[in-house]
Amino acid sequence: MTEQKPNSFRNQPDERGHFGQFGGRYVAETLMPLILDLEQEYTAAKKDPAFDAQFQDLLEHYVGRPSPLYHAERLTEELRKDAPEGKGAEIWFKRDELNHTGAHKINNCIGQILLAIRMGKTRIIAETGAGQHGVATATVCARFGLPCVVYMGKTDVERQAPNVFRMKLLGAEIVPVTSGAATLKDAMNEALRDWVANVHDTFYIIGTAAGPHPYPELVRDFQSVIGKEAREQMQKRTGRLPDLLVAAIGGGSNAIGLFHPFLDDPDVNMLGVEAAGHGLDKKHAASLAGGFPGILHGNKTYLLQDEDGQIAEAHSISAGLDYPGIGPEHAWLKETGRVEYTSVTDDEALSAFQLLCRTEGIIPALEPSHAIAAIVKRAKEMDRDQIILANLCGRGDKDIFTVADALGVEM
Amino acid sequence: MTRFQSAFKPDRAALVCFITAGDGDTAANLDALVEGGADVIELGMPFTDPMADGPAIQKANLRSLAKGTKTADVLAMAKAFRERHPDIPLVLMGYANPMVRRGPEWFADRLEEVGADGVICVDLAPEEDPDLGPALRAKGISPIRLATPTTDDKRLPKVLEGSSGFLYYVSVAGITGKQQAAIDSIEANVTRIKKQTDLPIAVGFGVRTPQQAEAIAKVADGVVVGSAFIDIVGEHGENAPQHLRELTASLAKAVHNARKG
Repeated sequence: MTEQKPNSFRNQPDERGHFGQFGGRYVAETLMPLILDLEQEYTAAKKDPAFDAQFQDLLEHYVGRPSPLYHAERLTEELRKDAPEGKGAEIWFKRDELNHTGAHKINNCIGQILLAIRMGKTRIIAETGAGQHGVATATVCARFGLPCVVYMGKTDVERQAPNVFRMKLLGAEIVPVTSGAATLKDAMNEALRDWVANVHDTFYIIGTAAGPHPYPELVRDFQSVIGKEAREQMQKRTGRLPDLLVAAIGGGSNAIGLFHPFLDDPDVNMLGVEAAGHGLDKKHAASLAGGFPGILHGNKTYLLQDEDGQIAEAHSISAGLDYPGIGPEHAWLKETGRVEYTSVTDDEALSAFQLLCRTEGIIPALEPSHAIAAIVKRAKEMDRDQIILANLCGRGDKDIFTVADALGVEM
Repeated sequence: MTRFQSAFKPDRAALVCFITAGDGDTAANLDALVEGGADVIELGMPFTDPMADGPAIQKANLRSLAKGTKTADVLAMAKAFRERHPDIPLVLMGYANPMVRRGPEWFADRLEEVGADGVICVDLAPEEDPDLGPALRAKGISPIRLATPTTDDKRLPKVLEGSSGFLYYVSVAGITGKQQAAIDSIEANVTRIKKQTDLPIAVGFGVRTPQQAEAIAKVADGVVVGSAFIDIVGEHGENAPQHLRELTASLAKAVHNARKG
């Protein structure tokens, strides 16, 4: 916090929780006092060395941080084959898929459960789409002995059976949500309904850098461990900073975690990759590319919606990107032009998934497969001595059934 | 004298009735509520993601949207209502996104045109008032705010600032249509809030029967009923008006006579 400059990209949000025109606190009055308490408690926690010490200790010994920084030499060479002379940037990965529970989600859950305990809350709720955030939340609840209720769309419960069973093994109660389209958006609505009815004892662990202030800020701060480590590791290994950062974006927590520590490095470009689903002219989940500013789930941000402000159903092959909104800081970073945003389709992500399996022996989740697909296009436009750093935010074990199905393979 | 001032009389409580626009025959349903004795009408603007509502109102929202209800339709229903009922206060209630989609000025202009008196925006906290409040106030439309059991004395001024018409006291921390708070708690909270405002206080959430309504009417300026009407529309469809009229009449009688004898 002390390193911020007056014209920094890193001093958002303002005291009202706004990132430019985005963010804010758009919640029912019942929740407002709690949101204000949470903000106060988080401000205090940030200044408390004991809080940070416990967070860092758990990240090291429970999550397994720091995660490695890996030079993907075979993928780099593979992409150079199609590149013009002198082109084909070096590709590096931040290996957050090696975390305990297999994704970056756990970083945030550790931070939030410590806040919940600090606030004296005795019951945890969460929403989940693919189930990665649900598993991470169930994990920290087991670790700290708190009851955990996870809201999950009925459609997702059916298509993510392994994660549902994992959560149950970890002692969580899963509530299948049947309202709306029965996916992540509806699970979030239901979690908010639970919270409103149980404000006195319940803490809502939101899984992405979205929702009412201070969630986008605190999730970003907890996830920023990704970018802080990567920045240090990259300098140590190569003596320089990367030229381009790439990360997949659903709500945008892994991307903001990677990007934020680099925002004031003017020579580091950044590329956020949204899910274009079946294509931007068909069903997709690219809120920045195909949406408009609006208000949902506690914040103002880009949303997929119609001319009357009714929220559209998103689609992505990746359940973790299947959401019609995006974190408000990304909306602001898009408008300021500091970060570039693009999108890739289900098919492109599937190809990238297979490419990484074959070239590097890493089975990525479908979420970072979107980032890899963007790299495939971008690397050959960049010089050979340039460096692309992407966040490998989750491993693909959970996705093998979806991928098999998409490839027409019977298991 | 505004329509709200006529509706909230010092000597008797008012009955505030909510239904969702576009769910069933809205014009006939609204007329039934008025004929039954409603003093204030809240017309719900359907939204895909009604996160503060219980199952009854969620379903009503989806039924309405499934029939293709657009914002223009809701405004047309409001306008037609105002033409048929020049004196009954009309409040549009819903979520922020459909209200601000075309800009707050657009929405305030339309409300002025149709003759609406107020707006309840469930997820627009007072902290985000600039998104809608100034545009409404400029057109003489009342921003009606919600206070809840978690709104303590320290926070109340923030909720009251810039609001008008009446104050909606949400009697339980929860979603619409579920349990009702104990009358002691309602009375204590209404008394507490009265110390800070002269606005009429209408109490809602979980009120379904004349008995409940009567108890609240003894201690508050108004009683809000919603889910009970929505259930009738859901169950009876096009035949809802007759049932709505009967329930409204029994609620109105209980509310209007609560402080006599």
